[in-house]
Amino acid sequence: MEKFDKLTGVAAPMPLYNIDTDMIIPKQFLKTIKRSGLGVNLFDEMRYDDQGNEIPDFVLNKPAYRDAKIIVAGDNFGCGSSREHAPWALLDFGIRCVISTSFADIFYNNCFKNGILPIVLPQEDVDKLMDDAERGSNAVLTVDLEEQVITGPDGGTVRFDIDPWRKHCLLNGLDDIGLTLEKGAAIDSFEDQAAQARPWV
Amino acid sequence: MSGKTLYDKIWDAHLVHEAEDGTSLLYIDRHLVHEVTSPQAFEGLRMAGRTVRAPDKTIAVPDHNVPTTLDRANAATMTEDSRIQVEALDKNAKDFGIHYYPVSDVRQGIVHIVGPEQGWTLPGMTVVCGDSHTATHGAFGALAHGIGTSEVEHVLATQTLIQSKSKNMKVEITGKLSPGVTAKDITLSVIGATGTAGGTGYVIEYCGEAIRDLSMEGRMTVCNMAIEGGARAGLIAPDEKTFEYVKGRPHAPKGAQWEAAMDWWKTLYSDDDAHWDKVVTIKGEDIAPVVTWGTSPEDVLPITAAVPAADSFQGGKVGAAQRSLDYMGLKPGTPLNEIEIDTVFIGSCTNGRIEDLRAAAAILKGKKIKVKRAMVVPGSGLVRAQAEEEGLADIFTEAGFEWRLAGCSMCLAMNPDQLSPGERCAATSNRNFEGRQGRGGRTHLMSPAMAAAAAVTGKLTDVREMM
Ligand code: SF4
Repeated sequence: MEKFDKLTGVAAPMPLYNIDTDMIIPKQFLKTIKRSGLGVNLFDEMRYDDQGNEIPDFVLNKPAYRDAKIIVAGDNFGCGSSREHAPWALLDFGIRCVISTSFADIFYNNCFKNGILPIVLPQEDVDKLMDDAERGSNAVLTVDLEEQVITGPDGGTVRFDIDPWRKHCLLNGLDDIGLTLEKGAAIDSFEDQAAQARPWV
Repeated sequence: MSGKTLYDKIWDAHLVHEAEDGTSLLYIDRHLVHEVTSPQAFEGLRMAGRTVRAPDKTIAVPDHNVPTTLDRANAATMTEDSRIQVEALDKNAKDFGIHYYPVSDVRQGIVHIVGPEQGWTLPGMTVVCGDSHTATHGAFGALAHGIGTSEVEHVLATQTLIQSKSKNMKVEITGKLSPGVTAKDITLSVIGATGTAGGTGYVIEYCGEAIRDLSMEGRMTVCNMAIEGGARAGLIAPDEKTFEYVKGRPHAPKGAQWEAAMDWWKTLYSDDDAHWDKVVTIKGEDIAPVVTWGTSPEDVLPITAAVPAADSFQGGKVGAAQRSLDYMGLKPGTPLNEIEIDTVFIGSCTNGRIEDLRAAAAILKGKKIKVKRAMVVPGSGLVRAQAEEEGLADIFTEAGFEWRLAGCSMCLAMNPDQLSPGERCAATSNRNFEGRQGRGGRTHLMSPAMAAAAAVTGKLTDVREMM
């Protein structure tokens, strides 16, 4: 997993509520057995018309936002399915950070497994960053994970909270599985004890 | 010191390790796997030279992609990429030695129907699957939730999951349900009341007389949609109905082990003095048969209501409601029971069990459909066989329904069962998102009886008028 420390990039505004996983990556693109290559289909049904042509009004099709690295979104981003294809598609497109007032639980988890930082902020901070993001190619934000600070185009700053463990893993690009396997002895002894207590499992 | 909730009890029984900041390692008793969210996880294992830690606790079944037409044994009915995914699961199941129900097996079906049916899902267990509707298994008093593919790989390799504890929410449905009101109406009404993000950060326990009165099938319907309310999981404390359902299933404990299991299962309830972070109470008699009008499961109204106006909502929801109305092609003020339907889909892990098919068949008996197409997709091969034995299949086909093989089918439209743009569908599944059942397709969620009623009249219908 790629480390996440400091990110500077254009933020795209997506003020819509309940941007769900079917919008982020429609199911016809889940038939892959790979993790890569999903970026061209990110937001597919909002981004392309029936003939596969780009819809010019869609934010990521506008020249200013084609290289966006951050999305500022409406409430409850990522609701819906458990598909990790959603963060894979965001990442493949180049999005490393999503900012909203709230995220769906599984999506939120999935982001951290892929080096994407989801930031939860109060409404007024999201509103302010949404205004910043409306400024086209001037909508450049800097997200500093170490300091837990977002800096806007005017130099204004917004602080954010993050679970310390998740921060540590993102900053160091740590692989969960490797870390858990280090606790192999604890898992072994749990299994021994569970085999006595609940042998039917 | 207050008592424990059911969630607390299951959590404590599965805690392998807890770090100072509360990050915990939970042991996983059952891991269910399907073809869409697992290939990258198995690939990850191979690349790292890892194995499946507990193959005997890992169960795989293809369901999302597989065609449900009768000719599916003919490989040509599957698209190339679907076939590759199913073949990858075949191979992974074989290589890693996990339990497997291939498409050719009568026990194959939707993963959340197969687990309980085969007795893999038992009270007090932790159950995970790379699918958000894993909450279904909570109906047994099992802590069950959906995980992403990285977590699938984590569970395969370690049989544990890194978790932080959620808050406890009690959702109590008091009293009795009125005739024509079902488990689906309960679960949709709860989401209507709390919103799709209302459960975020919580595990819900459903309780109250109306929940106790539900069959196990009904309880699975309720828990299935906990995730649509944003909750990590939904739970119902096990009782005699649960034990009765589980007993004798192929993988349920037997003999002395059954007795030992029962001793523990009977302790699985929330203590009277347990602490709840949030409590929601709804009167059973206040719940009506409901349908959704928009593109979020929270857009739910009694069938007797009319399409709302966008400006009747607050804040950002105004824009969302307007977008829903445009997408759904609906005018505010239109009575819901005047909305014409093109297609009816009965099936999914929400409502693809035998009781659901019975409820729909009871409405359809001796009638003909007035919609362009209608299909029933049983949740498993065994549900299908039982429905045929009970004569339900004949009722469906005589009414004009297609009688399909088991799978997810038009619930998410990954196989060829899709809506075309503008096509309006009465569906018993769980998501009405834009494009969920096919690009431009318009989905109204409802109970099986309500979907059957819509099939007969050709529009959204109050099933109580047909009872
Ligand atoms: S039936 Fe629908 S909701 Fe259930 S597992 Fe299949 S696709 Fe998911």
